[in-house]
Amino acid sequence: MSLKRNIASGLLLSALSATTLAAQTLVYCSEGSPEGFDPALYTSGTTFDASSHPIYNRLTEFDTGTTNVIPGLAESWEASADGLEYTFKLRQGVAFHANEMFTPTRDFNADDVIFSFERQRLADHPYNGVSGGTWEYFEGMSMPDLVASVEKIDDYTVKFVLTRREAPFIANMAMDFASILSAEYADAMMAAGTPEMLNQAPIGTGPFSFVAYQKDAVIRYTTNPDYWNGASELENLIFAITPDASVRYQKLQAGECHVMPYPNPADVEAMKADDGVNVLEQEGLNVGYLAYNTQMAPFDNPDVRKALNMAIDKQAIIDVVFQGSGQIAKNPIPPTMWSYNDAVVDDPYDPEAAKAALEAAGVTDLTLKIWAMPVQRPYNPNARRMAELMQEDFAKIGVTVEIVSYEWGEYLSRSSDIDRDGAVLLGWTGDNGDPDNFLAVLLGCDGVTNSNRAQWCHQPFEDLIQAAKIETDQAERTRLYEEAQVVFKDQAPWATIAHSVVYMPMRPEVEGYIVHPLGGHIFYGVSLTE
Amino acid sequence: MLRYILARLVTFVPTFIGVTLISFAFIRVLPGDPIIVMAGERGMTEERYQSLVEELGFDRPVLEQYWHYLGGIVQGDLGQSFVTKRPVWDEFFALFPATLELSICAMILAIALGLPAGVIAAVNRGKFFDRALMSTALVGYSMPIFWWALLLIIVFSGNLAWTPVSGRIDLLYYFDNTTGFMLIDSILSGQKGAFGSAVRHLILPTIVLGTIPLAVIARQTRSAMLEVLSEDYIRTARAKGLSPARINGVHALRNALIPVITVIGLSIGTLLAGAILTETIFSWPGIGKWMVDSISRRDYPVVQGGLLLIAVMVMIVNLIVDVLYGFINPKIRKR
Repeated sequence: MSLKRNIASGLLLSALSATTLAAQTLVYCSEGSPEGFDPALYTSGTTFDASSHPIYNRLTEFDTGTTNVIPGLAESWEASADGLEYTFKLRQGVAFHANEMFTPTRDFNADDVIFSFERQRLADHPYNGVSGGTWEYFEGMSMPDLVASVEKIDDYTVKFVLTRREAPFIANMAMDFASILSAEYADAMMAAGTPEMLNQAPIGTGPFSFVAYQKDAVIRYTTNPDYWNGASELENLIFAITPDASVRYQKLQAGECHVMPYPNPADVEAMKADDGVNVLEQEGLNVGYLAYNTQMAPFDNPDVRKALNMAIDKQAIIDVVFQGSGQIAKNPIPPTMWSYNDAVVDDPYDPEAAKAALEAAGVTDLTLKIWAMPVQRPYNPNARRMAELMQEDFAKIGVTVEIVSYEWGEYLSRSSDIDRDGAVLLGWTGDNGDPDNFLAVLLGCDGVTNSNRAQWCHQPFEDLIQAAKIETDQAERTRLYEEAQVVFKDQAPWATIAHSVVYMPMRPEVEGYIVHPLGGHIFYGVSLTE
Repeated sequence: MLRYILARLVTFVPTFIGVTLISFAFIRVLPGDPIIVMAGERGMTEERYQSLVEELGFDRPVLEQYWHYLGGIVQGDLGQSFVTKRPVWDEFFALFPATLELSICAMILAIALGLPAGVIAAVNRGKFFDRALMSTALVGYSMPIFWWALLLIIVFSGNLAWTPVSGRIDLLYYFDNTTGFMLIDSILSGQKGAFGSAVRHLILPTIVLGTIPLAVIARQTRSAMLEVLSEDYIRTARAKGLSPARINGVHALRNALIPVITVIGLSIGTLLAGAILTETIFSWPGIGKWMVDSISRRDYPVVQGGLLLIAVMVMIVNLIVDVLYGFINPKIRKR
C-alpha cells in the first residue's frame, strides 16, 4: 500500500494529469491479473504480458511476429566449436528504470546477467528463496542440469558453460524467465530488508517502466524515454483488467479500451463486420491432440492407431468446437514454426477405410476410453464436446467409446501413468519457438510417464530429435525435424487435431500492432492515430 | 447491552475454531494436487515434485500442518499465496474494501426500495399494486445475474452510453488508494469529476447486486406486514382514529421489522462472501473472484485465510444484527 502511495505521489502525477490523459495513452483490456512482476517466478502468459514484455529485456529476443531469435541486451554471441560455451557481448549504455526507492548509479552490465541467472540456479544465493522462488520455467527448461557456470569475462562479456550441447539454448535465453533484472536494485532492496520489492515494484531496461498496480483492477506504465532501442511512441500504457470476454468487447466498442485479447469465438464474426473494430488473426503456436497409450494393446500397433485417426472428422471438430477459430493439424508442430513439414499428407477422413484397416489389423469389438480435459485451453476450447464428436465418429466404425474426465490436477497426474487406460485429449503451447520444445518434450523417450502422454518411445524418431538438439547448423536441424515429422505421421502416436487461430480485436486508431506467434501481447512499436 | 455483546463475543471462539477446521479440511478434501496444478501440461520431475512437497510442508502430518496454521493465525500470519507469493492478509485487505463498498451500496438500494415496496404491497393486499410489485419481485429473484448484467451493460453502456461498461473509476483519474473505498478516495483526491465518475461506475453493479436482496426484502416485508396488520393492537389503533400512515409506518412496520432485519443480515453475509458473478462481469476488484480463482488453483493459504476472514466479517454482521434486534424490540434486549 505504502509503496503504491509513494509511487503515486512521485512518478506518475507528473506523467498523468488528472483531467486529461496524454493522446498517446493506450488502454489494453487484459484478461486477468498478473501473479507478480518478476517473470522468472511464474509461468502464465498473463503475467508475462504485464512483466517481461513491457518492463524487461533479455540477452536475446524474439523478433516480434516471428519465432526468430535476434540480439537483445547481447549485441552478439558465439558458440565454441564443441558447442559447450556461449560467449555473449553485451550492449553498452543501457539504462535501468528508476522508482521512488531506487535510482541506478550505473548502466546495465555483466553483473546484472550473472545476478539474473545465479539467483535461479544456486540454492545458496541470497535471492534464491525470495518471494517463494520456485523458478518453474528455469527448472522446466532443464536449465539447472544444462548450465554448468555463468562467468563474467569483463564488464560487457559473459560466458555460459553448458554440460552438454544444446542448440535451443539461444532461444531459451529469449524466454521470459531469462529476463535481466538489476543487480544493483536487488542489493539495495536486500539492504533495505525488502527483497520482495523486486517482484512488486519491478525495475528493468524495457520500453515501459512500471508505475503502479492495483490488484485485479489496473496496471499503469509510462514510457521509458531512454529506451536503448528508441523510446515508444506511446506515452502511457494502461492494463484495465477485465476478466469477462463479452465485457471486454463492450469496452472496446465504447472506447474504454483500444485492444483486447481472447474474444469469445462466437463474437468474432460480429467483430469483423463492425467498422469500429479491426480484427487481426494468426495461427497460435500450439497443438491439440489425442494421445493413444502406445504401450497398451491394441494401441501398440501403429496400424490400429492410423485406422482410428482416419475415423475422426476433424473438419466437424473445427466447425463445432472451435467455431471456426482453429485449423486442422496434420503435424505435431504448428505451421508458424520453422521446420514445419508441409509435404506431410494428413490421414484422410474415411470411415470405410478405417473400418477395413481395423479388420485387417485383426481388431474387432474395440472399446476405448477417451479422456476429456476439464479446463478450456486455446488448443481445445471444449474437450467434452470434442470427445463426444469423436465418440460419434468411432461408433461409425464399430468402436465403442466411453468418455472420462477428472479434476485438472488429477487429470494431469493420472494421464501420465504408463498403464493409463484410454486415449487422452491434451495439447501444448510453445515456449521458445524451437521445434525441440514440442517434439522432445511431448514425444521424446525422456518424457514417457511425464509429458509424453502417448508413452511413445520410438528409436528412429528419438535419434532424429536428439541429433537435431545438438546440431548448431540451422539448415541441418530443419532437415532433421522435417524427417522426424514424417516418422511421426507414419507411426501415429497421436491423432493431431487442431491448432487454434488467435484473434486480436482492436480499435482502428491502433497502429503497428503485430500478433506475436509465441502468444505474448507486446505494445512496443504500437502507436495511436487521431 | 454490554453484557449481551460480551456474551455473544464469547460464542465467537468455538465458531472461529470451527471455521479454521472446516476451511483447512475443505480444500484438502477436494481432489487435485496444488503442485501438479501449478506445473500444468508441462509436468515436472519426481525430484522436483518431492522438493516442492517439502518446501510447502505437505510432507508433514496433517495434524501438524493444522497446528502450524493455527499457530500462524494466533500471530496474525495467514501464510502467503502459493501463486502470487504475497501474504494472504495483504491481498484480502487490498480487495475487501471494493467488495464492502459495492455490498453497502447494493444493500442501501435493496432496503430503500424493498421496504416501501413490501409495505405498499401489504397495505394494498390483493390489489393491482400488490400483484404488480410481487410479480416484479419474483422476476428479480429468479433472474440469472449474468444475463441481467450483460443486458444492462448493452442497453445503458452500449446503446445509450449513460454508464461506463466496467471498472471502478475512469482511467484518467489516478490517485492515492487511501481507504480503498473509491467514493471516499475520489473525494479525498480533490480531483474534479472523480467522485462523479466513481458514482457512475457504481450504478450498474449496484443494481445487479442489489436485485436479489431487493426482491427478498420486499417479499419478506410484505408477509411480515400482513401478519402484523391482522393483530389486535392494529385494530385498536384504527379504532382510535390514528392516520393510516401512522398505523402502517410506525405501529405495524416497527413490529414487522424483526424478520426483515434477519433477512437483511443474512443477505449482507452473502454479499460479503463475494458476489462472484457481479465482480467478474464488472471487472470489480473484490474478494469473490479472488476466492474462486484460488479454489481452482488449489491455493491452500488463500482459500483457508480468505474463508476465515470472510467468516469473521459475517460473524460481526450477525452480531450487529442481534444488537439491532435489541434496539427495535426491548423484549429481546432484556432476555
